[in-house]
Amino acid sequence: MENKLPTIEIIEKYCKGCYICVEFCPKQVLEIKGFVVSVKNLEACIKCMQCELRCPDFAIKVTA
Amino acid sequence: MAKKVAFLQGNEAAAQGALYAGCKFFAGYPITPSTEVAEVMSVELPKIGGKFIQMEDEIGAMAALLGGALTGAKALTSTSGPGLSLKQELIGYGCIAEIPCVIYNVMRGGPSTGMPTGPSQSDIMAAKWGTHGDHPAICLVPASVQEVYEETIRAFNLAEKYRTPVMIMPDEIVAHMRERIVFPEPGEIEVIDRTTPSVPPEQYKPYDTSFGDVPPLAAFGSGYKFHVTGLNKLPDGFPTTKAEYVQAEEERQVRKVEGNAADIMKWEEYLCEDAEIIVVAFGSTSRSARFAVDQARKQGIKAGLFRPITFWPFPEARLLELSKQVKAFISPEMNLGMCAGVIKGCIEGNAPILGIFRVDGEPINPDQIIDKMKEVK
Amino acid sequence: MAFDYDKYLRPNKLPHIWCPGCGHGIVMKGLIRAIDTCGLKKEDTAIVSGIGCASRLPGYLDFCTLHTAHGRAAAFATGVKMARPEMNVILVGGDGDGTAIGGNHFIHACRRNINMTYIIMNNKIYGMTGGQFSPATPTGDKASTTVYGNPDPAFDIAKLAIGAGATFVARGTAFHANQIDKLIAEAIQHKGFSVVEILDDCPTTYGRRNKFKSVIEMMNHLKETTVPVKAAEKMSPEQLKGKVLTGVLYKEEKPEYTEEYAKVIQRAQAAK
Repeated sequence: MENKLPTIEIIEKYCKGCYICVEFCPKQVLEIKGFVVSVKNLEACIKCMQCELRCPDFAIKVTA
Repeated sequence: MAKKVAFLQGNEAAAQGALYAGCKFFAGYPITPSTEVAEVMSVELPKIGGKFIQMEDEIGAMAALLGGALTGAKALTSTSGPGLSLKQELIGYGCIAEIPCVIYNVMRGGPSTGMPTGPSQSDIMAAKWGTHGDHPAICLVPASVQEVYEETIRAFNLAEKYRTPVMIMPDEIVAHMRERIVFPEPGEIEVIDRTTPSVPPEQYKPYDTSFGDVPPLAAFGSGYKFHVTGLNKLPDGFPTTKAEYVQAEEERQVRKVEGNAADIMKWEEYLCEDAEIIVVAFGSTSRSARFAVDQARKQGIKAGLFRPITFWPFPEARLLELSKQVKAFISPEMNLGMCAGVIKGCIEGNAPILGIFRVDGEPINPDQIIDKMKEVK
Repeated sequence: MAFDYDKYLRPNKLPHIWCPGCGHGIVMKGLIRAIDTCGLKKEDTAIVSGIGCASRLPGYLDFCTLHTAHGRAAAFATGVKMARPEMNVILVGGDGDGTAIGGNHFIHACRRNINMTYIIMNNKIYGMTGGQFSPATPTGDKASTTVYGNPDPAFDIAKLAIGAGATFVARGTAFHANQIDKLIAEAIQHKGFSVVEILDDCPTTYGRRNKFKSVIEMMNHLKETTVPVKAAEKMSPEQLKGKVLTGVLYKEEKPEYTEEYAKVIQRAQAAK
């Protein structure tokens, strides 16, 4: 099950659309849609957890 | 068995009174003429496992006092005029966050550095209005060493009972004079402890008014976790700007003192029943006034003494009653008329108020008061 | 596996008040992970702050929290720790709160070496009041009260702490998010007064006035202008020019204040 995709949970009401997660994601998994982040390419995720670590707003949870 | 007696200075008596009341925490900063309180507490507190800390400044002392008090300790600080000015910021914090503590302030000449070793009674308005915003104020003004001792115990009791900072403010004469003092036996004077929560931690709210105007206060480190802030707050302690809460909370904080004024106020009336001239005096000035009243009576002048022991809340209603029987009030005070102004505010113009106002660092002597009585038409 | 921050957060308090891209949230997450690492119990831990953006942090955390007056956190916290030395006491706040109005309390808490941890989020500006220069604003920078450039020299907060007697001093940045928890955890575990300065970003009131085009540019600036203290050992003075050191900058063992006071109690009781 090595290739099992992670779950990226976005808590939209916490997200302030600061772009930190989008910019620090090495695989362009995330994008800002409207004012909040959303997942555009889950398949590319390498579970590096940079988005969760750096999100200042507690808005992203990555479950590998 | 004979009671224990001693020959003590007012400041030393304050420290002893605090210990009787169960004080376990002192935070202060050296300042004339109150430093002896800190010195005694630094010696006595560690003996009983209490804590003494000398902080880096007056504000820091007030902050540490509130921090210590929040852990459940009965807490005391001592200061004088310039220190009181500095402490005002956090006295306001103590009022809004409702943290019981006692501030012992010796009144010396002011403003600013003024006369550090000279007596004064000019901090009484600062006791009520020194910190910004509406807030409750309790201020006690003892007139003897024995009374400093007993009123310090009462200051702790009121702080704990009403969950608010309480000031006790002897003038420099009362603070530094030495008199015989008779110590009460343990248990002879009631000692009140703050109400702690009856609900389990998960249900606790630090400002839960369903318990009345004085909500129970849990201690940090006692298993309860809660939030304390200097912002206007909700019953759960978290900040709010909602108009209905802010209004209600501010009113409650003042009401818990003003609404219980009858319990907090204390005064002495000496020969007031038939008095045509009533001298309103507190602290050391009241001692000159008592002598003056006795002398005046010998000369056929119907004089009396009204002596506030609680200055805030001020005994407004009683003075209004007395104003209907007197030809005049005399207000001798070591300031430029602060108490006279307060009296004026409660007597509806019923009687003139003759002031004797001294700010030269000298006490008001009985002759001055008798001379003033003779001016009354 | 996602870290369970919710376990330490008060319910229904998020979203927090901080602006988009403000690093305070990153620091708060680091603090939570550090607390988790150290296994601190909520009801035995006090988190104390002053006034300012960073000082709003305790309100979000499910501990004994004390949001005091401007600059006064260290003095309140000293009272808490003295009265109950068994409590863990953590202070949080900003550069203005801690080193300007609270400067006196800060240096004296360092001097006493009282066992508490102070996390200073240094974003070089008074954010909450709209971007006035602080004691940490670099000379020449723009703030709402230095539109012609800041004439004031800035404090080096970590050096200030070392000079004042703190026995553990570390510096991290909001960019180096995965190190924040490690620095704070080491600070908490150190016996004595520990200071962790986190270089932080304020995109709203500092970045915008000082030609940073984005939050990301500010984050990268934190990366480019800092050097880990170990790497710096191998670098020349020329290479280190304009760089700020990060990591554990200072550590020593010294008598701790509440333990020393316990000895005072012993001496007083022996003399009784």
